[in-house]
Amino acid sequence: MCDDWRPTAPIENIRLRAALLAKTRQFFAARDVLEVETPLLSSATVSDPHLKSFSTHYNGPGLPSGTPLYLQTSPEAAMKRLLAAGSGSIYQICKAFRDGESGARHNPEFTMLEWYRVGFDHVALMSEVEALVQLLLEIDSEFERLSYQSVFEHHLGLNPHRASLDALKACASNAGISVGLDELIIDRDGWLDLLMSHLIEPQLGLTVPTFIYDYPESQAALAKIRAGAPPLAERFELYITGVELANGYNELCDSREFQRRFECDTLHRKASGDFVPDINRRLRAALDAGMPESAGVALGFDRLLMAAVGRDSIEDVGIFTVANA
Amino acid sequence: MATYSTNEFRGGLKLMIDGDPCSIIENEFVKPGKGQAFCRVKLRNLKSGKVYERTYKSGESVEAADVMDTDMQFLYSDGEQWHFMEPASFEQFAVSETAMADTAKWLKGQEECVVTLWNGVPLSVAAPNFVELAVTDTDPGVRGDTSGGGGKPATLETGAVVRVPLFVNIDDLLKVDTRTGEYVSRVKN
Repeated sequence: MCDDWRPTAPIENIRLRAALLAKTRQFFAARDVLEVETPLLSSATVSDPHLKSFSTHYNGPGLPSGTPLYLQTSPEAAMKRLLAAGSGSIYQICKAFRDGESGARHNPEFTMLEWYRVGFDHVALMSEVEALVQLLLEIDSEFERLSYQSVFEHHLGLNPHRASLDALKACASNAGISVGLDELIIDRDGWLDLLMSHLIEPQLGLTVPTFIYDYPESQAALAKIRAGAPPLAERFELYITGVELANGYNELCDSREFQRRFECDTLHRKASGDFVPDINRRLRAALDAGMPESAGVALGFDRLLMAAVGRDSIEDVGIFTVANA
Repeated sequence: MATYSTNEFRGGLKLMIDGDPCSIIENEFVKPGKGQAFCRVKLRNLKSGKVYERTYKSGESVEAADVMDTDMQFLYSDGEQWHFMEPASFEQFAVSETAMADTAKWLKGQEECVVTLWNGVPLSVAAPNFVELAVTDTDPGVRGDTSGGGGKPATLETGAVVRVPLFVNIDDLLKVDTRTGEYVSRVKN
């Protein structure tokens, strides 16, 4: 007897998804941002230490038999190749795939809205994210903007850039977080993630949505790093009612720095015994050719819908989740 | 040593934590988009009953607790220990007062219970979901009141006290839900 064939989301939420997708497209049309579609399957994949790709094999004409292809964890690489090719500002609404991620707020396959604005920096892009989210969630109030350092200081009384590893561990332990097994397998950024996800995130965006900006250099991913003491990643995230909704960068355009960060990721992956992908040669070549100065952001569309209907599970908005896909 | 990966975590799974058997109550997957994935687990210590939280790095493995739920028949209590029998093997198990906890108040004999064994030693006992017990003491019944509104305390033959509707009398046989401790209905005797 198979009784889990029904959609997990109620029909009214499925209708709301369609309505918000239509509004999103109108928003970008009015701003002259071009809608694009890039491949979900690619021979290259992301090197971020904490993202896992699904892979499959292609068998047929056009490529050597059994060529591995990766389901994209985001359309970032392909969209940046378009920017370098002169597309101007672009957006995409597509599925993104991440292995190992399933829970109330995660599904291994989810809908992502990703966009790039040529000539914007991350600060200007935050304002555009704010305008879109205000429109879609019918919010009038201005969003809050806090630095990564200030939320750590405010909620935990420590400076995330200077605190020692022992101070981070002590902070977790004082807050009653008990870490199972070997604490050593979590690095400094892992402890920051733990404090952020367990103690700070639940407090963010409760009255109005909150942007967090200026991340530690070690969490730059592909954001520009601004020199200073300490150097800071020009990266932001948006939180609504304790849920991370979007992640944006003032985009790194330098191909040598891209190569260097790939090598860092590779070391990290090797140390953890994880799969080590090849560098995305075509993205590196596109950066070499010259990607215009841009800011880009990825927004989890399912989570936006969760906020719109006031529910805290992705099942309430995803038509089918991995458990009954 | 059997282990479970965090990917296998679900409610009811039994783990060894700091040398004690524990049962998972809730498991939450937490992951900042670009950051480390964690499993935030709420656990009940099966020896002390205490509830606490643990955080694991996603993908870690944790030692499994050799905990088994076994159907057994309650035989008798000698005042210090409660004696149960595994019907297939006729093997008998003595359960301490601590492990019996609140369950003792629902049992008079012959009931089919679920005894949780850890390394072969009884850790806890769950009474049948519903038991039928006679009322030994309560205020006199109010004739005609079948609404169940209001209510009064009644002492049952095992000593348990439950809230019952006003029409219930001494010697009435009642059906009680042991999970909530609530009166369900009167049983014709």
